[in-house]
Amino acid sequence: MIGKRILSTLAHRLAILAYVAFALFPLYWLLKVSVTPNNLLYSEGIRMWPSQTSFEHFEFVLRHSEFPTFFKNSLIVSGSTAIIVTALASLAGYAMSRFNFRGKYWIVTLMLLTQMFPLVMLVAPIFKILSPLGLTNSLTGLVIVYTAFNVPFATFLMQSFFDGIPKDLEEAAMIDGATQFVAFRQIILPLTLPGIAATLGFVFTAAWSELLFSLMLISGNDAATFPVGLLSFVSKFSVDFGQMMAAGVLALIPACLFFLLIQRYLVQGLTAGAVKG
Amino acid sequence: MDSLAARDRGSRRDQRPLTQRLADASAPYLYSAPALILIVAVMLVPLVLGISYAFRDIQLLNPFSGGFIGLDHFKVLSQDENFYRALRNTLWWTGWSVLLQFVFGLFLALLLDKPFHGRAIVQALVFLPWAVPSFLAGLNWSWLFNPVVGPLPHWAYALGLMSEPANILSDPQLSMWGPIIANVWWGIPFFAITLLAALQAIPRDLYEAASIDGAGPVQRFISITLPFLAPTIAITVLLRTVWISNFADLIIVMTNGGPADRSQIVASYIFTQAFKRLDFGYASAIALVLLVLLITYSLLIVVLRQWLVSKD
Repeated sequence: MIGKRILSTLAHRLAILAYVAFALFPLYWLLKVSVTPNNLLYSEGIRMWPSQTSFEHFEFVLRHSEFPTFFKNSLIVSGSTAIIVTALASLAGYAMSRFNFRGKYWIVTLMLLTQMFPLVMLVAPIFKILSPLGLTNSLTGLVIVYTAFNVPFATFLMQSFFDGIPKDLEEAAMIDGATQFVAFRQIILPLTLPGIAATLGFVFTAAWSELLFSLMLISGNDAATFPVGLLSFVSKFSVDFGQMMAAGVLALIPACLFFLLIQRYLVQGLTAGAVKG
Repeated sequence: MDSLAARDRGSRRDQRPLTQRLADASAPYLYSAPALILIVAVMLVPLVLGISYAFRDIQLLNPFSGGFIGLDHFKVLSQDENFYRALRNTLWWTGWSVLLQFVFGLFLALLLDKPFHGRAIVQALVFLPWAVPSFLAGLNWSWLFNPVVGPLPHWAYALGLMSEPANILSDPQLSMWGPIIANVWWGIPFFAITLLAALQAIPRDLYEAASIDGAGPVQRFISITLPFLAPTIAITVLLRTVWISNFADLIIVMTNGGPADRSQIVASYIFTQAFKRLDFGYASAIALVLLVLLITYSLLIVVLRQWLVSKD
């Protein structure tokens, strides 16, 4: 009996170990190649750790390439998108959570539908609309597009956070003479701060990862975001594996930071988005 | 008495000034207006415009294009071998990705449902792939498959699975599997997180009662865990199917649909037409077909759900 239990515990731990190895191995390899000096890259191809390590690739990427610009552009786009989306979504989410109104059903349906249909359909028409407005090849254009794409999901997420706060709070404030908006701003919003942080994190991660629209809308290097810059670097210098992977490691850093931030809210975020990656 | 009180309350509400009542009624619309305006302007308007493109000749590099051409795009499309292959590939890509993500995700959720030392850290580590941006996940896996810097071809060769260390992404027969494997790696956490949440909502005393009654672990899984998970499984799998069938990032990054359009799915085919060939009209025609297919799929699900509900 005891032997059987030890055996099953052992199998459990081994299975867990296999999952951790599978999840981390690609990232480990990325890191490994990025610190392997060029002269060892091919001779020690599949060794688990190079006999010498160096940061030459990181130095090159940070000093002599345009990746710092790409990184800055991505940071601007993702950061602005996250802030604007969270502001709009707190307002809309509050309406969904606190009011019963005739148009609510239609608004919810509209927002759900936007989560279901293939966004790739919009690549061509959005390009056609933004191009005469001078919003292609511009960070502003990307922010506008990403904001619209992320608002529905963020609204559902914020609604779920507002639903968790008792209604009595603002009712009490309103009896004391505050308008509903004042009650919302001064009482409800501060209580939702963790939810706001989670929404910021989710939207930032989504905007940081977006690929197709940035490829389509951005062509020059000046406004290139990280994915655009990295992919054009890959197609141009496809043999500089060390540098590409060093750039990849850099792209991973903000994503991992925000992952740590939103980890507690993963379940809520995934069920609110339901269809969001 | 009651009706009098009600009438009294009613008349008191009527005594509020008209502007006040208007303001109250419009409040929820004012809160949601900025979000709605943006959604309509950036998603609905382009959607309608895109549908109209499907019937027009729109090529970015040709200034004389733009005319109405009726169903011409669809006639070309019905003869397009690459489109039919992309359709078959979409089924293949979606089916295997969802199946493998679900099976491995469920198994991971069951493993994490048991308390053990260091569970929090293990959970953070195995969920980490979800946080990796999709373009980076794609690049990372295409490097792993590359025999120059990646170990996978060499391992496959050592195990006798390959006659020489080759890149499966450039093999027309196998190239589809590269993005599928990357997608499974990237998507397991999504299923695991959702299913783990559902697992932890199952009342623990049910399991205790069942084991007192002598039910073994397999029996407990079949008669307690599965029925409780069924609604979550159904909704997650159905929604995920739609999402993954539209998910072109990994394919664009890893194979670009190649070699020779062998790993193209419909979504990536649309993107290739719009982005590489700049043929917005044809791209929109394919997109319209995809939209109709997805709507049909969603309607089927709704009908199926109605039927299941009415059967109970």
